Amino acid sequence: MSENIFITDAELAGDDADEGPLAGRTVAVKDNISTEGVRTTCGSRMLEEYVPPYDATVVSRLKDAGATIVGKTNMDEFGMGTTTETSYFGSTDNPAAPGHVPGGSSGGSAAAVAAGEADLALGSDTGGSIRCPAAFCGVVGIKPTYGLVSRYGLVAYANSLEQIGPFGSTVEEAAELLDVIAGPDERDATTRQAPDSNASYAAAADGDVDGLSIGVPTELLEGADEGVVDTFWDALADLEEQGAEYHEVSLPSVEHAVEAYYVIAMSEASSNLARFDGVRYGNSGGYEGNWNDAFGRAREEGFGDEVKRRILLGTYALSAGYHDKYYKKAQDARAWVKQDFDQALSSADVLASPTMPVPPFELGESLDDPMQMYLADANTVPVNLADLPAVSVPAGETDGLPVGLQLIGPAFGEQQVIRAASALD
Amino acid sequence: MTAQTVQQGDLVTVIGLEVHVQLETNTKIFCGCPTEPTEEPNENVCPVCLGLPGALPVLNEAAVESAVKIGKAIDADIPEETRFHRKNYYYPDLPKNFQITQYDEPICQHGELEISVEGQRRSVTIERAHLEEDPGSLQHVGGGGGIDSAEYTLVNYNRAGVPLMEIVTAPDFRSPAEVRAFLAELEEVLEYLGVFDAGRDGSLRVDANLSMISAEEADEDGTIGLEALEAANRTEVKNISSHKGAEKALVYEETRQKNAIQRGRAIEQETRHWDESRGITVSMRSKEEEKDYRYFEEADLPPLRVAGWKAEIAIPELPSARRERFQAEYDLSDEAASKLTSTKQVADFYEDVALEYDPDLAATWVADELLGELNYRDMEITDVEGRLEDVHRLVELVAEDEITAKNAKEVVLREMLDDGSDPDAVVEAAGLGKTGEDEVQQAVVEAIEENPDAVADHEAGEGGAINFLVGQVMQKTGGSADPGDVNQLLRAELE
Repeated sequence: MSENIFITDAELAGDDADEGPLAGRTVAVKDNISTEGVRTTCGSRMLEEYVPPYDATVVSRLKDAGATIVGKTNMDEFGMGTTTETSYFGSTDNPAAPGHVPGGSSGGSAAAVAAGEADLALGSDTGGSIRCPAAFCGVVGIKPTYGLVSRYGLVAYANSLEQIGPFGSTVEEAAELLDVIAGPDERDATTRQAPDSNASYAAAADGDVDGLSIGVPTELLEGADEGVVDTFWDALADLEEQGAEYHEVSLPSVEHAVEAYYVIAMSEASSNLARFDGVRYGNSGGYEGNWNDAFGRAREEGFGDEVKRRILLGTYALSAGYHDKYYKKAQDARAWVKQDFDQALSSADVLASPTMPVPPFELGESLDDPMQMYLADANTVPVNLADLPAVSVPAGETDGLPVGLQLIGPAFGEQQVIRAASALD
Repeated sequence: MTAQTVQQGDLVTVIGLEVHVQLETNTKIFCGCPTEPTEEPNENVCPVCLGLPGALPVLNEAAVESAVKIGKAIDADIPEETRFHRKNYYYPDLPKNFQITQYDEPICQHGELEISVEGQRRSVTIERAHLEEDPGSLQHVGGGGGIDSAEYTLVNYNRAGVPLMEIVTAPDFRSPAEVRAFLAELEEVLEYLGVFDAGRDGSLRVDANLSMISAEEADEDGTIGLEALEAANRTEVKNISSHKGAEKALVYEETRQKNAIQRGRAIEQETRHWDESRGITVSMRSKEEEKDYRYFEEADLPPLRVAGWKAEIAIPELPSARRERFQAEYDLSDEAASKLTSTKQVADFYEDVALEYDPDLAATWVADELLGELNYRDMEITDVEGRLEDVHRLVELVAEDEITAKNAKEVVLREMLDDGSDPDAVVEAAGLGKTGEDEVQQAVVEAIEENPDAVADHEAGEGGAINFLVGQVMQKTGGSADPGDVNQLLRAELE
C-alpha cells in the first residue's frame, strides 16, 4: 500500500458476518470513529496509543449488517485539513491522481475506495471532509442531514456541524451503506427519525431525473478554476439531456460562510479537544512545574501545528470581549445561510455546484498556506452550516484530474440528492 | 429587616449564596451509570462520564423532573425553552475539561423561599437554579498534600456526572443566622420533594459571598442598591458543607471583615477557604483574575422544552404549609409543629399516629420521646424506617393504658431502639403490664392495714406519710401502678 491509506490495519466483523445487507463487503473506517479494541488515533500523536473500549454506533451497525472492517484510514489531524497532510502519520497519495493529495480530511477513506482497498468506506464531514476527498479521488461521498446518522463514537472536532457519511464507487453503493448507518440512536440526542424512514436510500439511486428542477447558486461558481467550471457545466448538460432542468439561484449569504464556519468550528474544537491534556491521553507526567504547566507541555507535544492554530483561534473567539464580535456573529451568519438555502430550495428540488473550486493540489503544495486551504472549502462549508444533505459524485476530469459535482437537498432530502446523483453514475 | 436607627460607622452585612445540591437520582445526569457511592474508585463509570473521545451526553429525565419539582417548590418560572452550555476550564478532576451546565436560560428562574428567623417571616429571592454535572474527585498523595505540592494525585470519576442543582440567591441575607435558617429550610423542602438526601456525603456544598456595607447606603426597608453592592469588595467563602458550618464560617468572616475595616484596612476581593477543623477562613489565592469560562451552547443536547411539566408533576405539601396546618388542625405549639415537620417522614408518621389517638399524646410521643431518644443515639427517623409500626404499637399501649408512660419510654422504647425488640415482647418479658385496678385496690387496703403508724401520722397532718404509703403500694405492685392513681386511691380509702 504505497499510498499510505491506513493508519491501522484491522479485520473486524460481527458474529453473523455472512448475513445482513453488507455480508461479504469490506469497509474502511476513518480513524476518528471509535472501534473497540483497535486504536483510534484521529491522525494525531496525542492519540497514537488510544484504544477505545467501545464501538461507535455506526461500527456496531456495520458489524450487525455483516460488513468486515478492514482498517482505520488516514486523515487530517482531528479532521482539521483539506488534504490529509496534517496527519501525524504522513500524507496519503491520491490513487486517482498520483502525486496529488486525496483531499481531506477523510482522505484515507476516499483513497481506500478509489484504490480498491475496500468496497466502501466511512468518513466524517464537518465542512466538506467527505465531499472534498470524494471529488479529488473520483468516488462518491454522501454528507447526510445533521441528525440522520449517530455521532456516538465519532471523536468530535466541531460537533454542531459534523456527520458521519459513506463513500462508494457508485451512488447506489454509497446509498446502501447509508441505509445501514442511518436512523435514530438513543446515545446521540441530536439524531432524529427521517420523515420517510421506511424508504431505502439505495432504491432511490434509480437515475430518474426526468422533471427534476436544479438550482445553480451563482456564488458557488465565482472564482472557481476554469477547467472545473467547464466540467461542471458538461455534467449539468448531461442531466439536462436526461430530462432535468436547471436555473440560476442566489445565495448571497455564502460570502460570509467560510468565515462563519471557521469561527464556529474552531470555537467548538477548542472545547472538544480540551480533554486531551496528558492525564489520560498523550504523554502523562514527567514534566517540571505544576499540573497546569504539565497540561500545556503534553498538548504542545501531542498536537500538530494546524490543530494548535485552530484551538488558539477558537479559544480567542469565545473569550470574554470577543465572544459577541466573533462567535455570536458567526451564529447569526449561520442562521442567515440556512434561510438562504431554504429560499433557494423552495424553487428547486436540488442545488448543484462544483464540489471543490479547484482540482486536487499537488502533495505539499498547500501546507504552508492555511488561507488557500480554508478558501478551498467555500462550496462545502455552507451545507454544514445549514445542516443539509449533499452528495459529491464524479463529474469528469480536467487535465486528467478528477472533478466532483455537489448536489444539495433539503433537510432529510437524501433520496432527492441520491436520485439526482445516480443519473451521473 | 426591621428598620433601625442608622448610626455613623454602622456596617450592614450582605450575603448571597450559591448552593450546590446533589439530586437523588438512580443514574447520572448524562449516562446510565449508578450514582450510589462505592468504595472501589472508578467503578461507576462509562465512556460518557469518563469523557472518552466520541462519547455523547443524553439527558436523564429524572434529573429534569427533580429540577421541575424544585422550581415548583420555590415558585420559579420554568421557561418555554431551556438550554445547556459548556463551561470551559482546565482542572484535573474534570473529565472533558469543560462542565456541562446551564448559563443564560436556566431551568428555574426568579423563585423565592420563605424563612423564619427569630419569629420573623421573610422571603429570600432565588435568582436562578440550574442543572449541571458534578466533576470527579481528587486525592492528593504525598508531598505537601495540596494539588500543587503533592507527590502525585489520584483521580476518581465515580462522582463525575452525578446530577447537581446550583441554586443562586440574591444578596438578601443580612446575617449568618439568616443563612443558616435558609439552608435548613431549603434542605427540608428538598427532602420533602424526595430529590435530596442530606445524609449523603457531599450532598450540600455552599459558596457564600459576603461584604460589609455602610449602613448609610441602605434604604429604610433595608434594601441596598446595586451600586453600593458592586462598589464593596466581597469575599467568596468556599468549602462549606452544612447549614451549621455556613453560620460558623460566615460569623468568622463577618468578624474578620469588621475588624479589618475598623482598623482602616481594605477588604481584598478574594476567594477564601473555610477550614472547618480550625474554624477559620483562609485566603486561597490573592489577586485572583476574573475567570473566563468561555461559555457557549452545548450542541450535543437539544434545547429542552419542559415548561408544561410544571402542571403535570405533583409535589407534596411543603414543610412551611404543613407546619401551619399542624398548628391549626392539631392545636400544636409552633415549636412542636416545627419539630414534627422537620422531615417528611416524621410528619407523615405523626399524622399517622395523631389520626388514631390523641394528637397531643401523639405529639409528645413523636416529637419528644421518639425524636429525643433517636437524637440521643445519633440516629435519624430514617434509621428506624422499617420499625415505625412498632413505635405505633407502643403509642397504642400507652393510649389504651396498658402500660405507664414512664415504663413505655424508659424501658420499652429504649430496649426497642437498643436491642431491636418489639414492644409487646418487652412488656411481657419485663412484666410491665399495668396492674389491674382490683390488684391496686387490694394493695392499698393492705398497705393501710400493715402501717397503722403511717396512717396515724397522716391523720395528724404529716404530709410525708402519704408518700410513704404510696411507696409501699408501688412496692407491692412491682412498680406497675400509676403513682398518681395510687395517691388518690389511698386518700379515698383513708377518708
